Amino acid sequence: MREYIIISRGGQGGVTASRILASAVALEGGWAQAIPEFGAERRGAIVKSYLRISDKPILRHSIVKTPHGVSIFSSKILELVDINTLTPPGIPILINSRGRIEVKDRTVYTIDATGIALKLGLVIAGWPLVNIPMASAMAKVFNIASLDNIIEAMGEYFRGKLLELNIEAAKLAWSSVG
Amino acid sequence: MIRKALIGSHAIAMAVKLANVEVISAYPITPQTIIVEKIADMIERGELKAEYIRVESEHSALAVVYGASAGGSRVFTATSSHGLLYMYEMLWWVANSRLPVVMAVVTRSIGPPWNIHTDHQDVLSVRDSGWIIGFAENVQEVLDMTLQAYKISEDRRVLLPSIIALDGFILSHTSEPVVIPEPSEVNEWLPPRKPLPFKVEAGKFFAVGNLGPDDVTMELRWYIWRAMERAKYTINEVSLDYAKRFNTGSPAGLLETYRTTDAKYIAISMGSWSGDIKEAIDILRDEGYNVGLIRLRYIRPFPLEELRDTVSSAKALIVFDRAVSMGHQGILGMEVVSATNSKIPVKNIIAGLGGVDVSHHDFSNIIRGFIEEYESGLSIEWSIPEWYMPWMIKESEER
Repeated sequence: MREYIIISRGGQGGVTASRILASAVALEGGWAQAIPEFGAERRGAIVKSYLRISDKPILRHSIVKTPHGVSIFSSKILELVDINTLTPPGIPILINSRGRIEVKDRTVYTIDATGIALKLGLVIAGWPLVNIPMASAMAKVFNIASLDNIIEAMGEYFRGKLLELNIEAAKLAWSSVG
Repeated sequence: MIRKALIGSHAIAMAVKLANVEVISAYPITPQTIIVEKIADMIERGELKAEYIRVESEHSALAVVYGASAGGSRVFTATSSHGLLYMYEMLWWVANSRLPVVMAVVTRSIGPPWNIHTDHQDVLSVRDSGWIIGFAENVQEVLDMTLQAYKISEDRRVLLPSIIALDGFILSHTSEPVVIPEPSEVNEWLPPRKPLPFKVEAGKFFAVGNLGPDDVTMELRWYIWRAMERAKYTINEVSLDYAKRFNTGSPAGLLETYRTTDAKYIAISMGSWSGDIKEAIDILRDEGYNVGLIRLRYIRPFPLEELRDTVSSAKALIVFDRAVSMGHQGILGMEVVSATNSKIPVKNIIAGLGGVDVSHHDFSNIIRGFIEEYESGLSIEWSIPEWYMPWMIKESEER
């Protein structure tokens, strides 16, 4: 079993990203859990969601404390949260950032999810919709699910034009993250 | 049969759709959950042909489905925490009228302080009302138990309402792969509700809930008590039949046993954290401890015979409670002590109130401590429950 933490701001779609990843894993015949950590969930507040994936049924339902990877939806979050209190050094992180970011003792993957969203016009109320490029990048760097299954899972959450644009975003993110 | 990831709230809505529920009533504002929002969406899309009645309070929501159920319809409502408390009076009307209402209760802490996370205090406050009360462990079981609830409640040997309790957020908002039975197969297994011997309908005069002589009142209570006893058999029968027919992986029966066959020490629990306890049991088994778990799937009717049989050769029991009776013990702890006639020492742990997270590591540490205490002859100290609050120990050490 592998466990992941997504850290996002309320309104960025971190919860939906974890659910789409769980749906994609289910499509592959695997077992998954997407757990949102709600509390004072307000637009802009820091929200955590958890993802577990396994090839066997998952018994536990407690929150993730020892993740295999962390996904951070905004590089600004790094200024507000001490990443080392969430996960020991050595655990890889994926960050939404235009430029390279160095974090001591960690493998850091970056993805310009904001750039992808802006390029495709995926913006609602002034907020770039970064959750799909982030989910897609996460699936690739942490080897969670295939791009095809991410795209298929998205059909449960979006329709019409929004679905088309998000499919494009998922593809762009998949091809641009290492 | 399809398999897809669903959150617990949507699994309930899916079961309501599969059961072809005819009348849904809900108070759609906090502390309501997305269960009723999803059902409204299904009706709007034409996926479910049902009457959806929005009301101004949970008390009215249950009153509306009470009327619809008395009129012969298959009904559903859902609530949580304070909403359930607000329904309290109507809960007794429904049970005492023997109406097969099915309700989902997303278990959440009671305020103050305001807290939206899970514990079992809300649903266990209606324990004695005559409702069948089941607790799901995971999202699959949420769907399965809701479908089974209609078959159990509407059975002529039972005719009692059912609550399906699912842990707030931990199940209601968590997405997991779920096997969804084929609608045509569910239709065959769960045909439309059979009419009552009487029918409440417009234009006909009929008294429901009239004044009753004292002896009739008592006799009716006795009928409910007997129906609850018969419900044990019906629950076993229905859940076994369901497991055979739909093969979704959920266990059948009033309780589930996990590695109890040769267990000398047995943990007892309900709800989603039972999975974390199973992982703890696996850790302890690897360390050589002889432990197992009993997970109650139903607390009403109480699985007295099954519990007694399973613990008959155990040395000691540890009960994990997410609810407490102030002035006494944990509620499940009290139930287990009474079921075993105090013949086996019981350690009662109060934990996870207000949604406090308890992991498999916590459980394995607690259970290891419990076994060591028993083996050192310290079980005499178990007469009062132990509150598991590790952060308080840390704070006092820091001071």
